[in-house]
Amino acid sequence: MSFNIVVLAKQVPDTRNVGKDAMKADGTVNRAALPAIYNPEDLNALEQALRLKSKIEGATVHVLTMGPARAAEIIRESMYRGADGGYLLSGREFAGSDTLATSYALACAIRKIGKVDIIICGRQAIDGDTAQVGPQVAEKLGMPQITYAEEILDCSNQKITVKRRLERGVEVVKGPIPMVVTVNSSAASCRPRHAKLTLKYKHAATPTEKQDSGSDYTDLYSTHPYLNINEWGVSDIEHDIKWLGLSGSPTKVKQIENVVFTAKESKKMTAADNDIEDLMKELIANHTIG
Amino acid sequence: MNNIIVYLEIEDGIVGDVSLELLTKGRTLADQLKCKLEAVAAGHKLDGIGAQVFPFGVDTLYVADDARLAPYTTLPHTSLLVNLFKEEKPQIALMGATSIGRDLGPRVSSALFSGLTADCTSLEIGTYEDKKAGKVYDNLLYQIRPAFGGNIVATIVNPDCRPQMATVREGVMKKEICDAKFAGKTKKLEVSKYVPDTDFVIEVIERHMEKSKVNLKGSPIVIAGGYGMGSAENFKLLYDLAAVLGGEVGASRAAVDSGMCEHERQIGQTGTTVRPKLYIACGISGQIQHIAGMQESAMIIAINSDPHAPINAIADYVITGTVEEVIPKMIQYYKKNSK
Ligand SMILES: Cc1cc2nc3c(=O)[nH]c(=O)nc-3n(C[C@H](O)[C@H](O)[C@H](O)COP(=O)(O)OP(=O)(O)OC[C@H]3O[C@@H](n4cnc5c(N)ncnc54)[C@H](O)[C@@H]3O)c2cc1C
Ligand SMILES: Nc1ncnc2c1ncn2[C@@H]1O[C@H](COP(=O)(O)O)[C@@H](O)[C@H]1O
Repeated sequence: MSFNIVVLAKQVPDTRNVGKDAMKADGTVNRAALPAIYNPEDLNALEQALRLKSKIEGATVHVLTMGPARAAEIIRESMYRGADGGYLLSGREFAGSDTLATSYALACAIRKIGKVDIIICGRQAIDGDTAQVGPQVAEKLGMPQITYAEEILDCSNQKITVKRRLERGVEVVKGPIPMVVTVNSSAASCRPRHAKLTLKYKHAATPTEKQDSGSDYTDLYSTHPYLNINEWGVSDIEHDIKWLGLSGSPTKVKQIENVVFTAKESKKMTAADNDIEDLMKELIANHTIG
Repeated sequence: MNNIIVYLEIEDGIVGDVSLELLTKGRTLADQLKCKLEAVAAGHKLDGIGAQVFPFGVDTLYVADDARLAPYTTLPHTSLLVNLFKEEKPQIALMGATSIGRDLGPRVSSALFSGLTADCTSLEIGTYEDKKAGKVYDNLLYQIRPAFGGNIVATIVNPDCRPQMATVREGVMKKEICDAKFAGKTKKLEVSKYVPDTDFVIEVIERHMEKSKVNLKGSPIVIAGGYGMGSAENFKLLYDLAAVLGGEVGASRAAVDSGMCEHERQIGQTGTTVRPKLYIACGISGQIQHIAGMQESAMIIAINSDPHAPINAIADYVITGTVEEVIPKMIQYYKKNSK
């Protein structure tokens, strides 16, 4: 029996390493200055998927990502670590999507993939920190969800058991599949690239990439079908255009501002005894302490 | 109709602080919009909820009491809200940016096709002009939140879809009773009308919830340590100082990530927001995401070996020196000069 696991993974700008040149003069973000990385919690999600795959006979792991052409890198990266393949959902029509339009597009793509037993996402993407897409995909597909997963403990007899890590505790819950699971960063980190797989898949490419590289590998792709990464545009999925992109996004950005803190006039001192003693006296005198 | 609804988080019959903070904000917004403030309690044994929330100015409390609604699971609470919102058509719906609110909110927003903004740091009412459509909207909810790792602040609006939904982290809004004798009404909901039996698919096998031991938000003095503290061992200096001054110990994310201090104590954009009378930042560089959680402190002291640390710009007192040297002296001279 086939058992199909789909991981939702996103390529994000590395907001953790925002340098000075990351902000343009007009206060908008210069995405080009930020390296594009695999969203960290999606790697935790991939690891849970790969562990499940090794426990369930006949299980496969495919990665679905929506993004520009270069997001195919996410799928290759997943294959280097053990995924069987993936789908890139790409096109102008998807631009300007907020989380609702994103989850609608992803849900349409999952329907096209067909029978899916478990969908595993990261809890949240670091570019927006919203943690909304997973639950919204679940709602759109009419599936239950288990969020904040730290570990998938068991999956058998059409039930999945998951340990959740919440801000004030832990929970172990059990529910039916198909199920959407979103994974926390507290879960096991993802295994590194596997050397053999990296060699095997390094030429894996989407049709667009094959075209752009102009290289003459036609033979390679017909003899090695696993090197073809699926690339879907809007016409490949069954959809209603009004739910995609900007028109499918109820939230609008009214304004974006750079964060500036007003500097204070501060009193400067050293670690010398008299400086510290004077400070403590002053704080006691003005009733800040004591 | 067209009121503001707050979803209440309830654990052991007690309404969570984050919900009370939202009620406080919700009351202000309701007064501005001249509408009602309403709250939903879903769970079991909810008789005590009214007494807890009416002082915050709740006009109507919807109560859905059913043993199967506690502990929280996603689908039943989602159906309850979705169906209630279809009936009541609130203009604004607020919930905590907690592991419950962030599980529930997106589901509800997806079912109703209403926009949801996560982790707002400020909520205001204002107008919005859609230049392309040539339309002006009055009295929209401005959902203000940091984006791109805190480097920018974005104001988000939902012009056309209702309810306008937002989540807010605990401690970001202030909690304030509006009238101890406020008289609100309770409306009992017949749960089976809102929640189909097929929603009860998740079985909670085990559950360990802990009450927070740390009271960062409520402490008038916060002594926070950063990566510059160097070790968990050195963090003990902070507990000593906190014990002497009567404060609570907080931390930067770098200190938490490196294991010097527990996560509960993290201050900042992805931690707690604090507004103490006195904030002492020890070995903290003062990145935007940290400052976001403490900039409203009445007085800030920065102890840093680097005279150019960014934190110094927002500090009232800048001590250039090492924490190892400065903190013991603070303890010593406090003891010497108090009383
Ligand atoms: C999306 C996102 C969310 C984030 N959320 C948060 C958050 O909620 N809270 C948070 O704090 N951070 C958060 N961060 C991380 C933040 O950007 C910084 O990395 C973090 O605040 C740095 O912590 P720090 O100041 O302790 O460490 P550092 O930046 O490493 O600073 C250490 C400081 O200690 C000083 N120092 C070194 N030795 C000594 C000594 N012996 N005595 C005195 N001073 C010394 C150094 O001069 C330096 O200024 C977030 C980041 C992102 C991208
Ligand atoms: N464009 C996308 N392509 C694939 N997965 C996505 C995309 N956007 C979000 N996700 C998934 O949804 C999770 C939550 O994203 P977010 O709601 O943006 O914080 C991510 O960790 C991913 O697993």
